[in-house]
Amino acid sequence: MNKETQLQMYYEMVLIRRIEEKAMELYQKGKVGGFLHLYIGQEAVSTGLITARQPQDRVITAYRDHGVALNCGISANEVMAELMGKATGVSKGKGGSMHMASTEKNMWGGHAIVGSHLQIAAGMALGDQYAGNDSITICMFGDGATNIGFFHEALNLSKVWNLPVLWVCENNKYGMGTSVERASAVPEIRQKAEGYAIPNERIEGMDVMNVYDAAKNAIEKVRSGGGPYLLEIVTYRFMGHSMGDPERYREKQEIEKWKEDDPIGIFRKTLISKKTVTAKALDEIEERAQQDAEKAVEFAEASPEPAPEALWENIYVEN
Amino acid sequence: MARITMREAISQALMEELDRDPAVFILGEEVGVWGGTYAVTKGFYDKYGPERIKDTPISESVIVGAAIGAAMVGQRPIAELMTINFAFAAMDSIVNQAPKLHYMFGGQFKVPIVIRAVGGGGRQLGATHSQTPDVIFAHFPGLKVVSPGTPEDAKGLLKSAIRSDDPVLFIEHAAMYQIRGDVPDEEYLIPIGKSKVQRPGSDVTIVTYCKGLELSMKAAEALAKDGIEVEIVDLRTLRPLDMEPVLESFKKTNRAVVVEEGWRSYGVGSEIASRIYEEAFDYVDAPILRVAQKEVPLPYNRTLEQSALPQVPDIVAAVKEVMK
Repeated sequence: MNKETQLQMYYEMVLIRRIEEKAMELYQKGKVGGFLHLYIGQEAVSTGLITARQPQDRVITAYRDHGVALNCGISANEVMAELMGKATGVSKGKGGSMHMASTEKNMWGGHAIVGSHLQIAAGMALGDQYAGNDSITICMFGDGATNIGFFHEALNLSKVWNLPVLWVCENNKYGMGTSVERASAVPEIRQKAEGYAIPNERIEGMDVMNVYDAAKNAIEKVRSGGGPYLLEIVTYRFMGHSMGDPERYREKQEIEKWKEDDPIGIFRKTLISKKTVTAKALDEIEERAQQDAEKAVEFAEASPEPAPEALWENIYVEN
Repeated sequence: MARITMREAISQALMEELDRDPAVFILGEEVGVWGGTYAVTKGFYDKYGPERIKDTPISESVIVGAAIGAAMVGQRPIAELMTINFAFAAMDSIVNQAPKLHYMFGGQFKVPIVIRAVGGGGRQLGATHSQTPDVIFAHFPGLKVVSPGTPEDAKGLLKSAIRSDDPVLFIEHAAMYQIRGDVPDEEYLIPIGKSKVQRPGSDVTIVTYCKGLELSMKAAEALAKDGIEVEIVDLRTLRPLDMEPVLESFKKTNRAVVVEEGWRSYGVGSEIASRIYEEAFDYVDAPILRVAQKEVPLPYNRTLEQSALPQVPDIVAAVKEVMK
């Protein structure tokens, strides 16, 4: 991978971190409403994965979607404005934190009913297969989503119809506050793909280059007509499930231990030790991300509320 | 004009749209090799092939979910649910996804799907296979709910549904596939969201749809012999609901009976009566009555089942009651 791409990945990971920190602040001030699920700790997953896609590849994810939105190229301004419910938000202030999408950036949401979007993903892949184009659908979901029926119907259909879909399970160890051990009949999510004869792989997800390499390989397998593939990426969220999580289900030491593997720290070390770039250059990137996050907040604050008539817009395409 | 069955009308609509637009395809249980459990898609598999007539696993949730996804990326899928009772297994796709995606993402996504579902009782299939839960689906803004009562309407409305950029639930009645009616020879469309006067009259307004139309027509014939002329307004679409012809008729007759096959509570009758009271209260000469299914899960036994379903004499009695 060229240096430029690596630095872009570094920028995106830091930008996600800064945007999430800002979102948390604004939530505490009451400027962001609803539920807020932060991506802090998991930045390497979507950054590595989405860097590995081609522009024609579609991305769809669950409700922890701010990072995915940024990686797909949705601007920090539009993400922040959506969080604040403004008319300039990427979903015009009608979706909020859990529902960000941009068809222009091939980012298909932001879906908040656990597991249901896997069915939509199967359908998107079906649509591309039917059209005969070479797009694939990359569908991200959490470990918790693999215990609901939607997952099983979608995986089964994807194999029966040989659909061009990459299933990506972000295993962050907990579905809300219930650990994989307490919720899943098998300890590794990838084992569930075996039941549907879907090729699969489980990888560590705190090193963005590791994620990128596995994703690149998996994406090309799917594109070459191999049918669905399941990639389980082991990661960890440093924050609670959402704001207001009492976190009674895990020990502080466990969180601290994982924080030693901070994906931004790992990537920084790699870039410096391989002499790809100097520490000073990385500091400058971090400064740029910080400024972009601040500008996004300013943009969102200054943006207008949706007009009252927006309430009645887009219920139907045809009236 | 050709006199054809409801089954033929629906089948023709599907075929004409498959022929017209390559983005249209059908997916569902037994739609292909089997030819459709109600034989609506008989011969389709041989004519259009497995790419366009897709047999699915028994997975209602992903049948509708996958239709949604394919529609979002530019196709126009028709998802068939073998019976509307199985729609409950696909409830999240039907009510939580399809009607929300256009709105929730600020208009970016379109979901041009048709969900065909077969409903209705009277065939001794027991409580889980005999329901008329139409109003449940009509509750959700963002979904269009259509349920025709004649072959002509079925064909024209289904073609409009397939061409619609919005998600449409198209409800057919299992006991109506054999009814016959005149259908124009030339191509035609009937717009979604338009009620229609199916029988003119001056004494009482009957508001109904789907199977209720057939029953109400029979009741009207019986009542005419007693000198009572009923006007029948067929809703045809439950959402968006077109009240204009209903109100126009009511302002003339000042009396109304609503006939539906579903349960009475929270039903179509409740909605229609409320709207008439809200919008035409000054014209009301008698309480609006509802003829509907008795509030029991439908039993298997033929006599018991028929006693729970609305019948022609129930409609006749209700009309005479509002005439008092």
